[in-house]
This record gives sequence, structure tokens and C-alpha cells, in this order.
Amino acid sequence: MSWIGWAQIALVLLAVTATAVPLGGAMAAIAEGRWRVLAPVENLLYRAAGIDPARGMGWRAYVLAMLAVNLAGFLLLYALLRLQGVLPFNPQGLDGVPPWLAFNTAISFVTNTNWQAYSGEAAMSYLSQMAGLAVQNFLSAATGIALAFAVIRAFARGGASDLGNFWADLTRVTLYLLLPLCLVFAAFMVAGGVPQSLSAYVTANTVEGGTQTIPMGPAAFQIAIKQLGTNGGGFFGVNSAHPFENPTPWTNFLQSWAIIALPMGLALTFGRMVGDRRQGWAIFAVMMLFVVAGTLATYAAEAGGNPLHLAQGVAQGLGNMEGKEVRFGTSASALWAVITTGASNGAVNAMHDSFMPLGGLVPLFLIQLGEVLPGGVGSGLYGMLVFVLLAVFVAGLMVGRTPEYLGKKVQAREVKLAMLAVLIVPLCILGFTAVAAVLPVALASVQDAGPHGLSELLYAYSSAAGNNGSAFGGLTADTPWMNTTLGIVMLLGRFAVIVPVLAIAGSIAAKPRLPQSAGSFPTHGPLFVGLLAGVILILGGLQFLPSLFLGPLAEHFAMLAGQTF
Amino acid sequence: MIALLRPALVFLGGFTLILGLAVPLAFTALAQLVFPHQANGSLIERNARVVGSELLAQGFEGPGYFHPRASNAGQGYDGGASGATNLGPTSAALLEAVTGRLEGRRGVAADAATASGSGLDPHISPENAMAQIPRIAAARGLTPQRVLGLMEQHIEGRTFGVLGEARVNVLKLNLALDGAR
Repeated sequence: MSWIGWAQIALVLLAVTATAVPLGGAMAAIAEGRWRVLAPVENLLYRAAGIDPARGMGWRAYVLAMLAVNLAGFLLLYALLRLQGVLPFNPQGLDGVPPWLAFNTAISFVTNTNWQAYSGEAAMSYLSQMAGLAVQNFLSAATGIALAFAVIRAFARGGASDLGNFWADLTRVTLYLLLPLCLVFAAFMVAGGVPQSLSAYVTANTVEGGTQTIPMGPAAFQIAIKQLGTNGGGFFGVNSAHPFENPTPWTNFLQSWAIIALPMGLALTFGRMVGDRRQGWAIFAVMMLFVVAGTLATYAAEAGGNPLHLAQGVAQGLGNMEGKEVRFGTSASALWAVITTGASNGAVNAMHDSFMPLGGLVPLFLIQLGEVLPGGVGSGLYGMLVFVLLAVFVAGLMVGRTPEYLGKKVQAREVKLAMLAVLIVPLCILGFTAVAAVLPVALASVQDAGPHGLSELLYAYSSAAGNNGSAFGGLTADTPWMNTTLGIVMLLGRFAVIVPVLAIAGSIAAKPRLPQSAGSFPTHGPLFVGLLAGVILILGGLQFLPSLFLGPLAEHFAMLAGQTF
Repeated sequence: MIALLRPALVFLGGFTLILGLAVPLAFTALAQLVFPHQANGSLIERNARVVGSELLAQGFEGPGYFHPRASNAGQGYDGGASGATNLGPTSAALLEAVTGRLEGRRGVAADAATASGSGLDPHISPENAMAQIPRIAAARGLTPQRVLGLMEQHIEGRTFGVLGEARVNVLKLNLALDGAR
């Protein structure tokens, strides 16, 4: 570890904090319909769709509209992938994507997971990338933010019967937030060396007389939305470790910022919209607390290097460099691993599978904690608000008062639904991993022997359930078993959480906002920040402890004892 | 159902046209106009032939060239198949690969003994480059000072003095070596 390594980490987190304020404000303005610069485009879409953007929807209508556009998106993407061989913008003449892989990939991008069982440059035509995958990057991100708007409105309004209009939210988030940010961001990427071209791959005649394939593609624009929308699906196989996807320390800085800028900003949007900015900062603080703690642990593990390699005669001054790029080193790689898993992004700039046992444990655990630190765009905030309800419930139990949050009474129905929402993810992760750990068809996908092999399986199902998308990449993911089960887990991790969350929102919205009294539990101070962090750790994390002991912790102690597998 | 189907199809279709075709195609045209070098893969040409990209490692095996990091991209340095070993820290296969790269030496820089994340990492650390200088000087009949001087000219520092790590671009340095002959 070096002070300059810490300085790099601090710079990113400072930039995120500084931009969270204006981004949080902008998102509040969009949610409240105050930004309408492109009203003609909006109105064209509304008229063609036959909807009235001013008409509010109850929670059921909101969910149904969301499900309808996501289902249609899944079907269109599946068709595009299957048919890419006969469609235009395919200079490499790539064949259609096989059915299981297309099923998995379509679910993966619709659910904002971006788990990739394929390698972009070898499997996807430019049309599939540009009009298929990237469009779902936009729409799944806009879906998440729209849902967050709906949930925020439930807390902000008293006695309301609706949560806003899904179509208006989807359209405005896309046109006024994601699209302009992506255009600016993509320009920085191209300037830094990311290709944006529709021509075929180039064959170079190398200096020593061989040949080398140089891939091309409309990468920069897609990489912009991949990072800003917490999607994380790489244009190229190794994602942002690829020198074309992330060419310089500067592009790496910008991409690191983009991974958590919007989900952190949304915490402040919440504070603004409920009329008490301190509430937003309290949530922001909890998110930042875990990011900083996770980075401390991961950077220490990676910079410390591998004792087994040291014994072989490899100097460990640069840290653990297996699966890392020289231009990033351990500091920028460790920070990235923490924020990409904290934020349900899933892009990588170094291979998590080759991280030290403890360095790999942190990203895995951050995913398992429920993808709320800060979580995906929108999904992180509404997931965090579920934990907030549970935290005030726990506090209410301790003092024997009916729990309330922002003047809304939290009652049995909300707590039951909140527990349902937080139980689905661990059930998927532990259930499917347990099954995979004994089924030969699943075990055939595991690359590493010993405890690390279990970590590969555990990471895969955690990543899918948390809609993260990063992987312990040694796992062979492109098999019918893996494609199917991971596809199912991604669907459950997304939509089986959304339905109870929106049901909570519907019931919260209907309640009156009572004035705060002297007996109200304050939810903006350090006491609440500590309580919320504790509830996330205990309720979100404790059930994973046994599996973490069997995987990364067992590997760590085996390594210290000099054992290899 | 019909009431849901119509807006779903209209918004999906409309956004596919806007976000999937119109905007990226216009952006591609703009990028080609403003940043033609970067937008087309930062290619390096010698005598009107593409010899590689300044951003991608290519294989070098001759004793007179600096060698890049080990690659797991395809059969090695395949730009059409980026990839890492993804071997875990206690993997016996990884230790065996590292032993092979050490060739009996000790104190080797970590990036020289390990495979990169992309298999296409264009850089090596200055320590790694330094250790290769005697071999290159001997093979080329240059003084080690001459090779060292060239290498030092090619060290890229941290961006703004803070971001990233110090590094040497192997392809650019090797082309400079050929020019120095």
C-alpha cells in the first residue's frame, strides 16, 4: 500500500461526493417533471402509445407497465441475438447466438445484471451490441430509477393513491439523464482511445512477422451507458480490463466515478423529495461507510501480494498482479472491485477470480449484502429503503413504540413484505449454490480445485441474484445448466424483489404523513447511520457467514499454511 | 392486455430507434470526424502496413526485444479473444506457470511472473523492463546504457502525477529500438 494509492482512491470518492449533490438535484427535478426540454419528442411517444403522462398509477398498474416493457424488451433482444447472422452491421459474419446463451443473455441485460456467458468480440455483432444490448442497458437503468422515483413518492406524499406515471418516468429518465450524460461520457472515452467504429476487425502484421487480429466496434457509446447505468456488460470479453475498453488511468478514473455516481446521487434525490435533505445524507453515509471499509480491506489484501509467489522468488512490491493490468495496479483495481460489487455494476478492470482470498471475499460479500451499498441505479435506493424500514422496526421493538419513518407508520403489512423482499436473494444464492455443489452437471463448470472452486459457484449465484454481473471468471458459464439456472436466479433477484417493494410503496403512499413529535426516532443522525449499517450487516450478511468460511476464508488459511490446490 | 401492449411496444420500438440506431450512428460519425485515430483502434503503421495498435500487446519472443507480460488471450496476444487465466491465488496450476516464467531467477517483478487481466496488457513495469536490458543489449550489440536511455524515455508516469502506475509501452519501445539500430 502506498500513500499515492490511497490518494487515487480518495480522489474518486471525493469526485463522487461532489457530483452527488448536483446529480441528486437533477434527478429530483426530473422526477418532479420540472425538466421538459424535449417535450415534443416526449409528446410524440405519448401520443403514439396512447397514454396520458399526467395520469398517476397505483402500485399494481405501475408494476404491470414496467413488466410489460421489460417482457417486450426480453423478446426483442432474444430475437435479435438469435437472428444476428442474417441482420446488418455484422462485418465479422458472426452466427446467431445459440438458444440457451441467448436466453441467459437476454434476461441478463433486461434485469440490469449483465452477466456475460459470452465474449463480446467473438460472439456479438455490432447490431446486437448497439441496438440490442445497449438499448436494454438504457431501459433497465431507466426502469430502476423510475421504480426508485415511485418508491420515493410514496414516502414524500401523504394519503396518496398513486405513485406517478411509469411511462413518463421511463421517458424522462432516459431523455434528460441517461442520454445526455452518456453522450458527454462517450466523447471522453473516444478521446482516451476507446474505439467507435463500424468497420471490420483489422489484421496487423506484427513486428516479429506474425499476424494479430485487432477488434473494432461501436464501443465507446455502449461503455458510457454500461457504467452510468450500473449495467456492467463489457463490449469486449474481459470488460474494462481490456485496453480498448479502458485504455488509460484517466478513463479508469472516469469509469470508476461513473459506476457509483448515480446510485449515490439518488440517496440525495430521496432527501430532497421527502423535504429533508439530512435523510438523504444519512443513507449516503451508510453507503459510503461500506465502500470505504471494503476498499481498505481489499486494497490491503491485494497490495500485500501472494505469499506463495513470494516464496517462489517473485517480488511482491507491485502486489498481486495475476489478472491485473500494469496501468491500473492494485490500488485502482481494488477500489474498482469494491464499487462495482457494492453498486451492482459488475464491470471489472481486473479478474476477481485471481484476487487474494480476502480480496475476493469483500466483493462477494458486498453483493450478498443485498446490492444496496450503493446498489444499482434505482434498485440500490429502493433496496436500501427496505433495510431502513427494517431498521426502524428493530428500533421500535427496542423502545416499544409503533415504528415510523418520515411520519409514516410502519405496520405489520410493510414489515412482512420487507422481509419477503430481503429473503428472496439469500434463498436464491444459498439454495442454488447448495444444489450446484452436489450436481455433477454443475460441478463440471468449476475451474479451481479446493475451497476456491466453491467460491466460484457461490460468486456466480450471488452475482446473478444481486443482478451484479461480475464473475469469478474461471467458471465455465456457457453450459445449458448454468445458463438456465443463472437466468432464473437473475429474474427472481430482479422482479421477485420489485413486486413486494412496490407493494410496500403502495401501502406507504396511502398513509398520512404525521408530524414529527418529541418521541419520534430521529433517522438522520449518526445513531441511525450505525443502526442501519448494523441491520444491513446482520440481516443481510449473517446467513452467508458459513458459506464464506467454507470458501474464501478456508482458502486464506490454507494459503497461510502453504497449501495449494 | 391490449392497453399495456401498445405503450410497451411503442416505447420499446421508439427507444430502440433513438438509443440503438439514430444516436449511436450519429455519434460514430462524429467520433470518426473528431478523433479518427482513437476511434479506429489507435493503429500504428509502418510503410503503409498496420503493425499493431499502441493499446494492445503483441507477442515478442526474440532476445533483442522487450517481452510483454504473459498472455492468456487465445493462443497468446490474440486480439480476437481477450482473456485471463482466472486461476485463484492457491492454484497449483498458477504456481507452476509462475515457476516456468521465473526460469530459476529470484526477485522478479510481479508483472513479469504473472498473466495480465486482458491478455493484451500493452505495458510492463519499469522494474520488469530494467531486468530485460542486459539480454537486449547483448543481442543487439548495443551498450546497456543506450538501451536503458531508450527505455527511460518510454516510461509513462502517473496521470496528473497521481492516477495509475508508472509503465512502459512494449510495442512503442521495441519500435524505437528497431529505429535505433
